[in-house]
Amino acid sequence: MNAPFYKFGLFGEDASLVVALLIGIGFGFFLERAGFGSARKLAAQFYFTDLRVFKVMFTAIVTAMLGVFWLSWLGLLDYTQVAVPSTYLIPQIVGGLVFGIGFVMGGYCPGTCCVAAATGRLDGFVHLFGMISGILLFGELFSFVEGFYHSTPMGRATLPDLLQLPFGLTIFLIVLLALAGFAAAEWLEGKFAPSTEEAGS
Amino acid sequence: MTMNPDSEMSNLTTPQPYMSPYLAGIGLGLVLLAAFVIMGRGLGASGAFTSFVAAGVGTVAPEYARSNTLYAEYLGAPGTNPLKDWLVFEIIGVVIGGLISGALAGRVRRDVEKGPRISVNKRLVFAFFGGGIMGIGSKLARGCTSGQALTGGAMLSIGSWAFMIAVFASAYAVAYLFRRQWQ
Repeated sequence: MNAPFYKFGLFGEDASLVVALLIGIGFGFFLERAGFGSARKLAAQFYFTDLRVFKVMFTAIVTAMLGVFWLSWLGLLDYTQVAVPSTYLIPQIVGGLVFGIGFVMGGYCPGTCCVAAATGRLDGFVHLFGMISGILLFGELFSFVEGFYHSTPMGRATLPDLLQLPFGLTIFLIVLLALAGFAAAEWLEGKFAPSTEEAGS
Repeated sequence: MTMNPDSEMSNLTTPQPYMSPYLAGIGLGLVLLAAFVIMGRGLGASGAFTSFVAAGVGTVAPEYARSNTLYAEYLGAPGTNPLKDWLVFEIIGVVIGGLISGALAGRVRRDVEKGPRISVNKRLVFAFFGGGIMGIGSKLARGCTSGQALTGGAMLSIGSWAFMIAVFASAYAVAYLFRRQWQ
């Protein structure tokens, strides 16, 4: 097996767009299954009443991370051919702080508002429209923030580099952290969640 | 806190309960892993909308769009269609997949997601400006919860983990200000 298949030329760009559509269908399906088409379910994360956002995100990260690790270890996947988002540390932290305000205020993130809109939630559609407007505003004012946008570049920088730990050990520590996080999340929900939980509402 | 009467009402349409968050997370993780293995790249969302914006500006004012370095990056080489893009096709899939899951579970309905103490109009104003703020944040951070937190998180990118921690820290810090919208 020569993975990533696309990087090794097993199919071309047109076929990659079909793959994009299929991957997107799977992505949207599980976002909706997780309850992320509902802003109330998403926002509940920040009031400790339902910590789904944390649980789903970290389960997904750990699943994909372990998959990449084991497939690479077995020699089936060339890890160096998988794209790692380049780090621009300070703009990404500031962007995250701004993003978090938008999350609690708008109730969705860029992917989940699409799922909300697709399942008939008007606020999801409005959030989507607001987001496009925000991106347009950013684009129009880009010349003013361009210097900051390109600041603190670190390239393909990963946690094992930062912590100076072996790749496998870093992954093991993240799994432990996630398991501790899940235990803490269950405990917090027991304290904060309303006693009668209405599933699926 | 007393029971929300709205949730009693919506039970008349009997939507199915949501999937266990751990199972849904494994499902999402396997989709992400499939993207890594098949394409050598991860998921995304905000990038698709930047392509839409760049394509829109490029249609109205082609020369101006080319002169803007952000739009130019998303317009690609001259003569190519900026909407013939991996993330654009992926986000169309997200809409379809969300609709399939929602329809199978009886969760597709016209509704506005909000707490009982806020009017529909106010909620929509919050949704618009929240979406706008998020759009700006996602561009500063070069991605969102999909492209940075999930994809970069699984690939152990330092910037993605910093972004994720910043998102949670900021959302928890301001949650109290927006509590009337949700509780």
